[in-house]
Amino acid sequence: MAMIVELGLQGLQMLLVVLIAPLVLGITRKVKARLLRRIGPPVLQPYRDIWKLMHKEAVLAHNASWIYRVAPYFIFAATWVAAALVPTYATALLFSWSADLIALVALLGTARFALALAGMDVGTAFGGIGSSREVMIASLAEPAMILIVFTVALVAGTTQLSAIATTFITASVGLRVSLGLALFALICVGIAENARIPIDNPATHLELTMVHEAMVLEYSGRHLAVIEAAAALKLVLYFSLVACLFVPFGMATGEKTVGALALGMGSYLAKIFVLAVLLPIGETSVAKMRVFRYPIFLGGAFAAAALAVFLLFVSRGF
Amino acid sequence: MGSLAFDIAHLLAGTMLVLSFVLLYQDRVTAVLNVFALQAIVLALSVAWQSVAQASPHLVVTAAVALVVKGFIVPAALHRIVRKLDIHREIEQVIGGGVTMLAGLALVALSILLVQPVGEVNIITREDLAFALAVVLLGLLMMITRRNAVTQIVGFMSLENGLVLAATGAKGMPLVVEFSVAFSVLIAFIVFGVFVFRIRERFDTVDVSALDSFRGERSDRI
Repeated sequence: MAMIVELGLQGLQMLLVVLIAPLVLGITRKVKARLLRRIGPPVLQPYRDIWKLMHKEAVLAHNASWIYRVAPYFIFAATWVAAALVPTYATALLFSWSADLIALVALLGTARFALALAGMDVGTAFGGIGSSREVMIASLAEPAMILIVFTVALVAGTTQLSAIATTFITASVGLRVSLGLALFALICVGIAENARIPIDNPATHLELTMVHEAMVLEYSGRHLAVIEAAAALKLVLYFSLVACLFVPFGMATGEKTVGALALGMGSYLAKIFVLAVLLPIGETSVAKMRVFRYPIFLGGAFAAAALAVFLLFVSRGF
Repeated sequence: MGSLAFDIAHLLAGTMLVLSFVLLYQDRVTAVLNVFALQAIVLALSVAWQSVAQASPHLVVTAAVALVVKGFIVPAALHRIVRKLDIHREIEQVIGGGVTMLAGLALVALSILLVQPVGEVNIITREDLAFALAVVLLGLLMMITRRNAVTQIVGFMSLENGLVLAATGAKGMPLVVEFSVAFSVLIAFIVFGVFVFRIRERFDTVDVSALDSFRGERSDRI
């Protein structure tokens, strides 16, 4: 019986991230539209879009290989596993031993690899340039991400997300400049990875500087639906990561009573909502960057993360 | 000294170091001046906090000097120079932004390694010294990498911020020393200011690379 409950709680987390992902995307779009003095589509629109795309015919290019057809499902699967691993409303769930930060980075890297391959598969110019840029951004963002992982792991003494969250809730970590720098770097990396505004414009479908949209330009029907769902899922993943690492308060850590779980769930949803409102506010206050400035932006994130690691060594010694 | 006192000192000193990096990263002259003012204000806060933590009231005077002179007077004067020279819109070519940042990170690592042996005595002193040394080295790096005379001055001033941070972290620096340092910096600033105007008069630019090819020809304006 206890096993079934544990499985159910883990399954709830896996379903939760998938189910709220389009809603989170809808909220960011709505807030952004309101900030631009437009009404904007209803917050449930992403669900309808995915539903509509699911029922449309999928058009394939003549020279599309099996990679092109398999990639969307592969990307979705990898992103879903990664998103389901991040602790959301409770720590120490059944599979939380596998929720390792480095594994998470690897899963996201795998998904990105598949997406870049799919972008190049048909051989259009846009797909190729999108893949090339995506890989450039990834090669800049991933070292920063790894350094963020090091920072958090050095403070908490482990790379397991669930254990990190528990440490941050229970132990007194104190005011650490390193953690602030790591948060800053994680936000920069998250913006770059999710193709949000200073790096890429998520609202565009035809722009010379687009990255994510350029890769998926050829997709249609159910393939596109799955890719869009994966993109929404990735956004929720980064939100959950920020919430889990830097504001883990409210999570159910000890005994999994109904009250603790409800509190955890409520606080998780509230945190995600706040982040989904803050992101478009940040996006509307900056202008899109030129492609050649990406290394400077992500280099700043890298420098902040490296500084965070260094500063930890000052206070703790070797 | 409790854990909270230590945390706040760490936070303020760390913020100064981060602001040093922001200085390295900025390529707009006015933004550099604003960040420098912010760094001086954080320095004043840090010194003030040290005076509370170490229970040595004379540090309040140092904090006040830092706040007034470096937080307000020097940035205001530099802003005035920049506006007078009409370079406030200029974007400076920072030599290899990424390379500079990497060099900065290496300097921070170096200062941490250098200060490591001190740590057996007192963790607060070690942290403070490491941060201060890093700020000093980053100020030097900024003076080396910039070509604009005004941002070089800012590099020098931020170097001096690091010195003050180091001095207040170590217990019992006499007030006379601090005053003499503050005044010598002020005088250096005045000399710098005069120099900037002279360079500008002669070469029509504050880019000091113009001095490299200068071999002492007399222009008829002087």
